[in-house]
Amino acid sequence: MYTAGIDMGSRSVKVVLLEELKVDGAPQLKWGVKKTHIMFPEDLDMDVAAEKLFTEALQSAGISRDQVTRVVSTGAGRKQVKFANGDVTEVSAGARGAVFMCPSARTVIDVGAEEGRGVKAAPDGKVVDFAGNEKCAAGAGAFAESMARALQLPLKDFGEASLRSNKTIPMNAQCTVFAESEVVSLIHANTPKEDIAKAVLDAVANRVTAMVRRVGIEEDVVLIGGMVHNPGFVQSLKNALGVEKVLLPELPEYVAALGAALIAADGNA
Amino acid sequence: MAATQKYPTEPLKLWKKAKELREKYYLDYARAKEKGGIRWGGSAWALDAIPAGLGEDVHSLTGEPYAASVSNEPKFNKQCQDAAEAAGFARDLCAYMRTYWGSIYINKYLFGGEFPKPDFNFQTQICCSHSKWYQHASKVENTPDFYIDVGVGPYKDLDESRLMYVVNQCHESIEWMEKVTGRKYDDELLIKAVKNEMRSTSLWAEICTLNKAVPAPLDEKTMYSLYVLATLSKSSQWCADYYQELRDEVKDRVARGIAAVANERCRVMSDTQPPWAFLKIFRYLEQYGAVSIGSLYTFGLEGIWETKPDGTWGPRTTPMDQGIAITTRDQALRLYCDWNLSKPQWQHFYDPRLKTEMMKTIVREWKVDGVMLHLNRGCEGLSLGIMENRLGIAAAGIPVMTYEGNMGDEREFDMVRTQNRVDSFMETLDLKREFAHA
Repeated sequence: MYTAGIDMGSRSVKVVLLEELKVDGAPQLKWGVKKTHIMFPEDLDMDVAAEKLFTEALQSAGISRDQVTRVVSTGAGRKQVKFANGDVTEVSAGARGAVFMCPSARTVIDVGAEEGRGVKAAPDGKVVDFAGNEKCAAGAGAFAESMARALQLPLKDFGEASLRSNKTIPMNAQCTVFAESEVVSLIHANTPKEDIAKAVLDAVANRVTAMVRRVGIEEDVVLIGGMVHNPGFVQSLKNALGVEKVLLPELPEYVAALGAALIAADGNA
Repeated sequence: MAATQKYPTEPLKLWKKAKELREKYYLDYARAKEKGGIRWGGSAWALDAIPAGLGEDVHSLTGEPYAASVSNEPKFNKQCQDAAEAAGFARDLCAYMRTYWGSIYINKYLFGGEFPKPDFNFQTQICCSHSKWYQHASKVENTPDFYIDVGVGPYKDLDESRLMYVVNQCHESIEWMEKVTGRKYDDELLIKAVKNEMRSTSLWAEICTLNKAVPAPLDEKTMYSLYVLATLSKSSQWCADYYQELRDEVKDRVARGIAAVANERCRVMSDTQPPWAFLKIFRYLEQYGAVSIGSLYTFGLEGIWETKPDGTWGPRTTPMDQGIAITTRDQALRLYCDWNLSKPQWQHFYDPRLKTEMMKTIVREWKVDGVMLHLNRGCEGLSLGIMENRLGIAAAGIPVMTYEGNMGDEREFDMVRTQNRVDSFMETLDLKREFAHA
């Protein structure tokens, strides 16, 4: 018997199939099946994408649909998953999945494409308190992507470039549009790209940290979401938080889907 | 899927009357000149019993409820906001103020016709925007204006000299009003208005106190349409009489177990003005069986409160109920100033911790499960210290969430994101939506 979690993010859909509880009471993961993002083709509806990916995941895992007892969706498009039995927000799903993967974590920082958030989590992964960025994208991965484009650097190189810098250049803009003009000014001032990259990632990290402080920073801290793949951001975040380590789960993009699958197993959505 | 019917519910009988009184208020103001009456402008916090002494044909236009009404008409509101911005005012200024100024600039009144110019503006100074609001309006309309500084510190520290500082300004304002209107001031009308205001604001607090009952007889979205009468004309006979009728009806609802939200299983409270154009967020809460029982804003913007002998919060006892006869202008003004200076929503201007304590009292006595703070970009005054309130509430172990918005500028509110945040908050309270996947 299995449960499934489907994360309908703003850029991608992720599915996790979770094998049901074993006799010792510990859930056993059966990762699925799909370990890569599926980008939305422009002509594909969200619910069609979810159905397609879910079917592929089942096939890949060799599981029939009726073996899956419960499906819980999460993410910005969670309500689009018509075949789900319930839905939970990214906040609850992210915290549940992150604490499952990193049981010592009490502060979960999730920086995805559209939103950054800080969550204070209980030992069972339940949300105690949370804070998120509002209408501004400056605390989110989309901001870093936009700035990488302005620097004409592939996203992969952007984070690594920042690690080569030891400069601290304050970036004051809180908004993607205005920050881009700051970046352009720095480029025109012949500032090395790695220094600009660090300035951008420091700015994101500072913004995220200010948000996390609202709920309190209690170690261990775990980072989830796409920005885990950006080593420059991870370093900037450590600096901003003033902590020695930030836990990085494997397959960070799947943490929310995993959390949804765990919540499905709990029967709580 | 219909919501679970846990409690009986029924419409408020006095709902329609509240709407009628509100409309009459705005039309009376617009038509005051047809009968030779006086019009004056000021905020909902103006000491409105004082102009009442000029006669029984004196009508006010209070700025915030007017702008809130405009906020519910997005097209008209946009015209007003555009006009204010075109005049050079930044969009991070008080949203009500910009709307009010815009309504003057485009010379249109929401309730029909041209914007009715007041004979004078009369305003208190405690909010950082209020005095500038009416100073500028007076300049544009070439209207005389008078301001009473009520910033004398928190009520708990009130002493004779602080009280007299305000009382003396009130005396001066009366002389000034006689001069600018050419009318002789009637102390009997002042005394009557002071008594009316004390009745109105104490009765409103009593009505809010009735919401301690489970199930709550009123939800906050409904309360917005009721408390507004005090923001319009708290010193009027009609306002005090209405609240007396309303108190009796709400008391009856409590006795019969009539709920505002039939599936009540969770009680939340809000803070500051809501985003007026998006009040459906309160209906969204009901999908979780959550009722917003009110807030310090709804309770204490106009309601006047006191701590009762048993330590609970309740309506302040009026001087009339204490057997005090009000017979002179000076006595009326002293009692009136003391009464207003105890207004809960004036206290946080001095120290956010005072507000936090009042909020914790509401959580405790109104059996609140969680607090939803509106980070209101449209009102610096009431958003002042709100993040400190958040810390204080969280430290007390009370679940709390924040969302950003603007009471009067819909460009700054994101409904989908706010609903998403509400979803997360409800999950932390272990609540599920009843209308989720069928």
